[in-house]
Amino acid sequence: MWRDALLVAGKDLRIEGRTRVALNQVAPFAVLVLLLFAFALDSDRVVLRDATPGLFWVAVLLAALLAVQRAFALEAVDGVPDALRLSGLHPAGIFLGKVLAVSVQLLALEALLGLGVVVLYDAALDAPLLLVAASVGATLGLAAVGCLYGILAAGQRVAQTLLPLLLLPALAPLLLAATQAWNAGVDGVPSEGLRWLGLLVLFAAAYLTAGVATFGILLDDA
Amino acid sequence: MDETTASKATRVLGAVSLVGLALLVLFGLVISGPDNASVGVDANGAPTGQGEVVRIMYVHVPTAIIAFLAFFVTVAGSIGYLVRRSEWWDLVAHASAELGAVLLFATLVTGALWGEPTWGTYWEWQDARLTTTAVLFFLVLGYLAVRRLPLERDRRSRLAAVVGLLLGPATIVCHYATTWWRTLHQGPTISRLDPQIEGTMLFSLMLGMAVFLALYAWLLLHRFRVLWLENRVEDLGLDVALAERRAEAATPPAGPTPTGVSS
Repeated sequence: MWRDALLVAGKDLRIEGRTRVALNQVAPFAVLVLLLFAFALDSDRVVLRDATPGLFWVAVLLAALLAVQRAFALEAVDGVPDALRLSGLHPAGIFLGKVLAVSVQLLALEALLGLGVVVLYDAALDAPLLLVAASVGATLGLAAVGCLYGILAAGQRVAQTLLPLLLLPALAPLLLAATQAWNAGVDGVPSEGLRWLGLLVLFAAAYLTAGVATFGILLDDA
Repeated sequence: MDETTASKATRVLGAVSLVGLALLVLFGLVISGPDNASVGVDANGAPTGQGEVVRIMYVHVPTAIIAFLAFFVTVAGSIGYLVRRSEWWDLVAHASAELGAVLLFATLVTGALWGEPTWGTYWEWQDARLTTTAVLFFLVLGYLAVRRLPLERDRRSRLAAVVGLLLGPATIVCHYATTWWRTLHQGPTISRLDPQIEGTMLFSLMLGMAVFLALYAWLLLHRFRVLWLENRVEDLGLDVALAERRAEAATPPAGPTPTGVSS
């Protein structure tokens, strides 16, 4: 299963390396969202600095929608779903591989956005360890939920509208926990962020388990 | 095929539900009194707290609890479908989710109407129960969107069953939100050994529970039967189309033949 996961993740990351869709389209989109928040909030530096954790994670969420849609749009053409099914790869391996590939892309994006909030919002990232740990936990959860619903919506004529409707409510607890953990990190009080970090890990573990258990059924219907 | 989805049992259940509803209106609006115990006075001497507003509780609490029950039935139906692959479980899950969505929407609306005079706001972001209920409502809308996907019935049912399973944890979080997070919403009032209300108020609330449970069961039976009949009509349409194609294949087409001579 893990070997299959690495194979699938490697495939997806190689495709991204060659097409550079995340780099050329998703990353500029995410930075643009940061700029739009600044316009919407009247470019008030104090407000922006205070709201940095929330704005950062909403930007990540919106960019993640695109990344997930892209990850499954790859599989929806040229009979790739059938090829995946016939390849003998373990469905759970395919799921974990997809999660891994989306996570790597999102973590790179978060690094870029982190730099963005420091430069644009004057945010002080005082507890880097907590911020990185919360980001990794949240990203795994985000990718797990994304891949679970992504395969479900993939190939449907209404995929573009169905995916946000399924994904965003499911991600609401993650947004809350990630924002609170980042709040503690930005304020330089990491101890207050630890329970939120625990919630993020629990969330990611729950959806990874759900994905491993049900991905076979969803893949059959993709 | 029957021309109605009613049976003798559902007619009785329907009559009981409607009589119960009338009784609930009577007890909720007339017989039970205002909540004087929790009425306070603000800085200007104006009364605050529940007072007459408490009557919303007789609808708000039962719709919330029966909505949660409906979602657990959906989860059970989804598990049943994934294990047995039977249409029966699938339709139970579908019908129950629809009713749960309506009941939860009623809960949100009545909650907002209660919140304005009591908390001074229709919506309170700091309240965990409110926000988790809203999230649950949107999750159910997502489930119902999957149920409307233009797919083969079996594929749609399998996808919906997987999404339906995820309603379970969300419902549990929503139910325990007031216990886990001490926010504005009051904690358990009646689901404890020493209920915090009594007399006609407690009776009206219990009556509300029974009435909404009966309404849910009644509507569930009818909705299940309508969905079942919809599937039969779909099958029938397929059979008719197949028979027509077979008939076309069996009879040579009228009109010019390839040789140009009419048959």
